[in-house]
Amino acid sequence: MIKSRDELNRACESAKQSLASYDCRILVCSGTGCIATGSQKIYEEFQKIAGGTPGIVIDFKPHDEGRHVGVKKTGCQGVCELGPLVRIQKGDKVVQYTKVQVSDCQEIFDTSVTADGVVERLLYTQKGVSYKSPDEIPFIAKQTRVVLENCGKFDAESFDEYLASGGFQAFQKALFEMKPADVVDEIDKSGLRGRGGGGFPAGKKWKQVAGQAEKERYVVCNGDEGDPGAFMDGSVMEGDPYKLIEGMMIAGYAVGSQNGYIYVRAEYPMSVARLRHAIKELEERNMLGDHILGTDFCFHMHINRGAGAFVCGEGSALTASIEGNRGMPRTKPPRTVEKGLWAKPTVLNNVETYANVPKIILQGSDWYRSIGTEGTPGTKTFSLTGTIQNTGLIEVPMGTTLREIIFDIGGGLKDGGTFKAVQIGGPSGGCLTEEHLDVPLDFESIKKYGAIVGSGGLVVMDDHTCMVEVARFFMSFTQRESCGKCTPCREGTKRMLEILEKIVAGNGEMEDLDRLEEIAQMVKNMALCGLGKSAPLPVLSTLKLFRNEYEEHIVDKKCRAKVCQAMRRFVIDPQKCKGCGKCARNCPASAITGEKKAPHKIDPNICIKCGACMENCAFDAISVEA
Amino acid sequence: MGKITIDGRNVEFTDEKNVLSIIRKAGIDVPTLCYQPELSVFGACRMCTVEDDRGRLFASCSEEPRDGMVIFTNTAKLIKYRRKLLELLLAAHDRECTTCERSGDCQLQALANRYGVTDVRFSNYKERVPLDTSSPSIVRDPNKCILCGNCVRVCDELQSVGALGFAERGADATVTPAFQKQIAETDCVNCGQCRVYCPTGAITIKNDIDPVMDALADPTVRVVAQIAPAVRVAVNDAFGLEKGNNAIGKIVSFLKRLGFDEVYDTIFSADLTIMEEAAEFLERVQNGGKLPLLTSCCPAWVKFVGDQFPEFTEHVSTCRSPQGMMSAAVKEYFRDPAKAEGKKTVMVSFMPCTAKKMEAKRPNSFTKGEQDTDYVLTSTELIRMIQMSGISFAKLEDTPADDPFGIGSGGGVIFGVTGGVTEAVIRRLVPDQNPETMKMIAESGVRKDGFIREFSVPYNGMNLNICVASGLANARTVMEQVRSGEKKYHLIEIMACRRGCVYGGGQPRRSAMETTDDRTAGIYKADASMELKKCDFNPAITALYEGFAKGKEHELFHNHMFCAK
Amino acid sequence: MLDQTFYQKADEIIAFYGKKPASLIPIMQDIQGEYRYLPGELLTYVAGQIGITEAKAYSVATFYENFSFEPKGKYVIKVCDGTACHVRKSAPILEKFQKELGLSAKKHTTDDMLFTVETVSCLGACGLAPTVMVNEEVHPKMTPEKVLELLQELRGEKG
Repeated sequence: MIKSRDELNRACESAKQSLASYDCRILVCSGTGCIATGSQKIYEEFQKIAGGTPGIVIDFKPHDEGRHVGVKKTGCQGVCELGPLVRIQKGDKVVQYTKVQVSDCQEIFDTSVTADGVVERLLYTQKGVSYKSPDEIPFIAKQTRVVLENCGKFDAESFDEYLASGGFQAFQKALFEMKPADVVDEIDKSGLRGRGGGGFPAGKKWKQVAGQAEKERYVVCNGDEGDPGAFMDGSVMEGDPYKLIEGMMIAGYAVGSQNGYIYVRAEYPMSVARLRHAIKELEERNMLGDHILGTDFCFHMHINRGAGAFVCGEGSALTASIEGNRGMPRTKPPRTVEKGLWAKPTVLNNVETYANVPKIILQGSDWYRSIGTEGTPGTKTFSLTGTIQNTGLIEVPMGTTLREIIFDIGGGLKDGGTFKAVQIGGPSGGCLTEEHLDVPLDFESIKKYGAIVGSGGLVVMDDHTCMVEVARFFMSFTQRESCGKCTPCREGTKRMLEILEKIVAGNGEMEDLDRLEEIAQMVKNMALCGLGKSAPLPVLSTLKLFRNEYEEHIVDKKCRAKVCQAMRRFVIDPQKCKGCGKCARNCPASAITGEKKAPHKIDPNICIKCGACMENCAFDAISVEA
Repeated sequence: MGKITIDGRNVEFTDEKNVLSIIRKAGIDVPTLCYQPELSVFGACRMCTVEDDRGRLFASCSEEPRDGMVIFTNTAKLIKYRRKLLELLLAAHDRECTTCERSGDCQLQALANRYGVTDVRFSNYKERVPLDTSSPSIVRDPNKCILCGNCVRVCDELQSVGALGFAERGADATVTPAFQKQIAETDCVNCGQCRVYCPTGAITIKNDIDPVMDALADPTVRVVAQIAPAVRVAVNDAFGLEKGNNAIGKIVSFLKRLGFDEVYDTIFSADLTIMEEAAEFLERVQNGGKLPLLTSCCPAWVKFVGDQFPEFTEHVSTCRSPQGMMSAAVKEYFRDPAKAEGKKTVMVSFMPCTAKKMEAKRPNSFTKGEQDTDYVLTSTELIRMIQMSGISFAKLEDTPADDPFGIGSGGGVIFGVTGGVTEAVIRRLVPDQNPETMKMIAESGVRKDGFIREFSVPYNGMNLNICVASGLANARTVMEQVRSGEKKYHLIEIMACRRGCVYGGGQPRRSAMETTDDRTAGIYKADASMELKKCDFNPAITALYEGFAKGKEHELFHNHMFCAK
Repeated sequence: MLDQTFYQKADEIIAFYGKKPASLIPIMQDIQGEYRYLPGELLTYVAGQIGITEAKAYSVATFYENFSFEPKGKYVIKVCDGTACHVRKSAPILEKFQKELGLSAKKHTTDDMLFTVETVSCLGACGLAPTVMVNEEVHPKMTPEKVLELLQELRGEKG
């Protein structure tokens, strides 16, 4: 139990001391990515090794003799593709290891834990250069980490470690040194804008809720990060759950709310587990509950798990879902700030927005405004994926250009591919191309080019990507996820998908492009909710930027990226073909003929483009032509 | 309070909740499919989208009016988008318009016409599903559903029954009872309000015209009609006559011309109902019987009690409804071989109500093993019969209803509106029918505004506490208060449909631009024009009690067991 | 008819979340978690207990992808078709699973009730695309060849 500010500060001091008592910490990444590559086994192995080594103490008590080595699970360390990731930390010195296997653990332990060496072969390497410290890795060095500052650095399940790294300093500053209105003002002055997509100023929202006559209010966090290809919020919930909760507590204090809800999407079981753990720890210490730190401030946290509906990322659908209803957006007004959850005034922000709050309160709005752009201060997290060298979670100041992100941080395209486009903002967003690489990323600039920052998914695509197929992919997503309430979205996405499917199947007609555009414009203007209104954006943006590809599909029945199956032409290279006949035997359509030991031929009129021949050719003689 | 500019004209507004109402007040019929003033705003059809001076598009149904707003309701862009929306709706809709029950009265069809949708360039992606004909009252055709959600909301919000819901999502979404059950397997009370709110042919009245026409053609059958109070103020709608005006004389003439042998007026049996129900009520009050007494004339309400408040079934009056009493009386009357003349009697009742179709088939609606009411036709079906006959309704003369069941009092007429039954009961309790007495009763609280009316009237040195409610959601509120002991009443009158039978589930629908309640006014006007005000002064009633019904009152006029359906 | 134990379990879950309409989704989630499907009779029972109509409960249950009235297999395989996975060719992985298990877009569960194959819009492990989730475990960087290994491994656990 922590009953006062003094007790909190004492707890903080003792947490710092016990943190300082470590001679070495083995930080095993336990983000979703690294767990998938087997980091749990790595963690157990290090536990076993450290626990079995004489003179090493894992569970350190003040008077114990010996070296104190901690084996900890952290949140995402950033370069997911190279997992499992392990960091060895001694004081300020940190070594980052990548692709660690169970068999490497003893070597790491002997070299870096008990001695001060480095296992060179497991270091991060780029363009022939190895990097020891994670902060030197270009992928990380070029980022500005505010929201993600703690991710990967300490035990995500430890209240003490959060406290020791400065946790709850902001909260106690707000609670004891600021009036609720001061907190709202500070957030307002910082210019913090909602990171969920719309970019609505958070301070304004808070102010409106604080000003409502109704005294029962709610603080709700949107953790329903549904955009396919985005995992920023998931990483924060997993990697720094206390920070999110602290941000929400400050919001609760600022707007006079006693209850906070976090809505976490169904596919993030680990986020739910970490948040539940954190809430339990906080409740046990009365950092959540009634009369927190001996004041009149009471705050309770609740977790709601999503049940598989993308549309619940929309505010009113999310609150409907918490209330136990179908997640269907409702018309506005009334707005969420007036009548949100249970029809009470509600602050609804996403994970990243709340995660920015503690630092703004602690360091002030001027500091925050020094990062990012005039209109959009601060940083933005992005998940960088697709055909790019370095995939992973990044955080950069608002206003960073795509070129910096893709080529400096992301290391350019994978396998030396050619950059074609980047899809930004998920299914609600649009594509940007070569010509937009130097546009600064912030809410306004991007919008001008028909895309949105959205929640921050960046999917890089090379020239093996068919843009018509990409549009079809997004439309099939939004169509599947449409709640079905309003006519434009329900019927419009269905028909747009039909047309796109027709085009990629090689049956498109030129009039289809007009129909596609007509429906897209109508849906954009007439749909009920933000998700519906933005559902046609991928179509509109690809139609604008890659109209020639659509036309090629329709007129020439050609897919230049060789992606659209119906337009693939399988050909046998007579030079390579040995005439073994395996392809002909495997062809379900009997489209392949040829004499034994003589080059075979595929009849394109019979071929059903299944690719069975190519899969089965032992001589690599079959290829696809566009 | 303020002004907004609509299509260049200034329009004042006062307390309108949304821009749509102001637009309509200004005489512009901005299209809607899902907006209903008495339901929550759904905002799904998007047809009412308008544009403001900054080019912003928004649905006017859900926009709060602000002083100084400048909006346009009819721009080229809006018309294009609305037409596209209609095309998409039609594309996912069974377009067998020519054979649709709603053809000519369908809002989707009307809008498609208005906006000149001449081509639908998509094929229907929806799998055809069978019709749900399980209910005696309504037919559901999901192939014609456009997912406006009106039925779901009316069933839930106004009726608190919740028999229907959305299922699935996106393009797979449907409206259905739980687990795709048949509607008859649910708690549906047959009120038919879903059908009133349905803009298309997805929910229609179960049509029973054909067997009635067959009976009329059969020379061995005596076909008898009875006409409920609320029917007479709703038929004019369809024939360009003054809305709400009492058309009973024309209806009688029409039915006679069609070949009905006898045409009676249900206001007669409404009087009879009051005689029986007032007696039952006083008996319960004086002898410590189950109170509050719950009225039993509305079959949808009776089913609601059975499903939702089964512990109150003994509170429901044992009186049959006016329809039931009339049919039982008529059938008994013609059981006399001298009257029967060798013909079988077929009883047809014309009702404002879809639930009456269910009531007629209820096990307790039989006398001597015979179904009292053979067919129930709604006002809507009556209109269809008039149209089929080709008879000019407007040119028909008035004909009085036949004896001996043709005379009724004003107290019988007002059964058509909420509070009417109660008002007639109070009239029964007073000794005279002087205008002052009638005025006093009318002002007792029984006619006041609101869907739940509480008031008390003095009787024999005590105060009778009365509650009148219409709309089943309001009924639920009242019953929950009674169950918890929070409220105590002697009498509770419930009509399942808001405002009473004049807005029953079998009545013709009203257009969105109509705002005045001419039907209620028409009922009160009809009452005002009658000299006979109370049932016990009705000579036909006296004659009945002294004549063939003597000693059979219990058998003919009461239910011998409670039946919800 | 469901075994009485189902109702006892439902009662426990209802008691945990409280008899109120807002408990519907978490209750359904826990029932689904317990039985790997949502028995229809149990949904009706829950609706009555928490005071909502059956139609409402059904409408909510059918809205969310996670609820299924059909029993699911012991291993629920979710093939991620998020953007990152899609760009890195997740479609052939789904096809491989379906082909190997005799499943299709319409048939999701094998007759022996061992496997259910579905797609999911994003698992949040985009850095390791394409990914597959088996029950709650994420498998990274999948290929059609690894599909075979994975199925073998899962079948081996069956005993």
